[in-house]
Amino acid sequence: MIVDKITVLRQAFPYLLQGAGMTIRLTFFAVMIGIAIGTILGLARVSRNKLFKGLAKAYIEFFRGTPLLIQLFLLYYGLPNLGIDIQSHVAAILGLGLNSGAYVGEIVRSGINAIDTGQMEAARSLGMSYPQAMKYVILPQAIKQVVPPLGNEFIALLKDSSLVSVIAVRDLTRQGRLIISRTYESFLIFTAVAALYFVMTFIMTRLVNYAERRLNVGD
Amino acid sequence: MSVIKVEDLHKSFGDLEVLSGIDEEIKQGEVVVVIGPSGSGKSTFLRCLNRLEEITAGKVWIDEEQINSLEVDINKIRQETGMVFQHFNLFPHKNVLENITLAPVKVKGVEPKQAEKIAYDLLDKVGLRDKASSYPQQLSGGQKQRIAIARALAMQPKVMLFDEPTSALDPEMVGDVLEVMKALAEEGMTMVVVTHEMGFAREVGDRVLFMDQGLIVEVGPPEQIFGNPQQERTQEFLAKIL
Repeated sequence: MIVDKITVLRQAFPYLLQGAGMTIRLTFFAVMIGIAIGTILGLARVSRNKLFKGLAKAYIEFFRGTPLLIQLFLLYYGLPNLGIDIQSHVAAILGLGLNSGAYVGEIVRSGINAIDTGQMEAARSLGMSYPQAMKYVILPQAIKQVVPPLGNEFIALLKDSSLVSVIAVRDLTRQGRLIISRTYESFLIFTAVAALYFVMTFIMTRLVNYAERRLNVGD
Repeated sequence: MSVIKVEDLHKSFGDLEVLSGIDEEIKQGEVVVVIGPSGSGKSTFLRCLNRLEEITAGKVWIDEEQINSLEVDINKIRQETGMVFQHFNLFPHKNVLENITLAPVKVKGVEPKQAEKIAYDLLDKVGLRDKASSYPQQLSGGQKQRIAIARALAMQPKVMLFDEPTSALDPEMVGDVLEVMKALAEEGMTMVVVTHEMGFAREVGDRVLFMDQGLIVEVGPPEQIFGNPQQERTQEFLAKIL
């Protein structure tokens, strides 16, 4: 009996690892997109330009106000309806990245707002343009504020990525369900899947803590 | 020749009018001290001179250039008007030397080596050469403010604006900062100083402006303002603080 379980697990393991690899790749690319979009959104939110501000706000409201699952369905099932073909893993990365961008945007905004207004005034009084003041004075200080919540956001993103299993992406969750459909070992396999997610988030937490410590060296 | 000229300057925040028509001319090399009760608009007046506050109405010229016209490059103007703040506003992520060289290098395109040389000369001037590699949080308030003055001077401005530069300092730190300002005045720098330091106003000021409720109530040499104020409001204010 126990020997059977061990055999099942041993045979399942390489497939689960493949899935975990896919989960890591999806999360990595989604994080990149999230940071790029989030930085733009954050800067737009604190700018004086009403149009940029409004567009950024609308973007953030939409992505935070609708379920990620529906956003993934819209990309994967919705776009082909409009004549745009999209591969499942592209839809997955895009969906996760666009969604994460909204949350990162709010994190970047609050990071910038946490910097004393005197910093911007001092930079501008020296003749720096607004972009120069942002680049040399505000953003380098905002990064310290941003890293801890950003780390939490990306750990949440890694876990949320299990939703992409429903749009035919062979991530860790989907690999687990495929194995279960052949072996009927739900408890065993889902436990293994949970353990692998835990290992990944555990490592990510350590990395975030390390980055935090590195950034605080100057203090 | 006047370096700063102000004509019928008005400033409102929403419905609240803070400056209600200021006229003033400040000559090359003059040290003008602005005094008045809090809420009188003296800091706002100063901040309008480099447009840290947008000007609601009226005209301001710095060195013959109208700074609130549409064509003006305000970043260019600000390079010529150094400003020192009550709360120093040093850049905490940069050390003292980098605080001073950042703007000359990035804004004016000065060679980093040359900018460092200028920075060390200025550090000598404010007596803090040994702090070049310190970070702002390692400095006392008085040291921070002297670095902030050096940082502003590194842009080689034509005018220096001081916004209550000693108000956030412990009493024993005030003297060092005032010494640096006094030396600057003696070199012929044009200065506008908002302050509560009446001793400094009396000793270093060429002219004193007394402001109240958004207007310049009385202008004159320190001997007149402190010795024989003409306006009732000036007399009341000085009676309270001296």
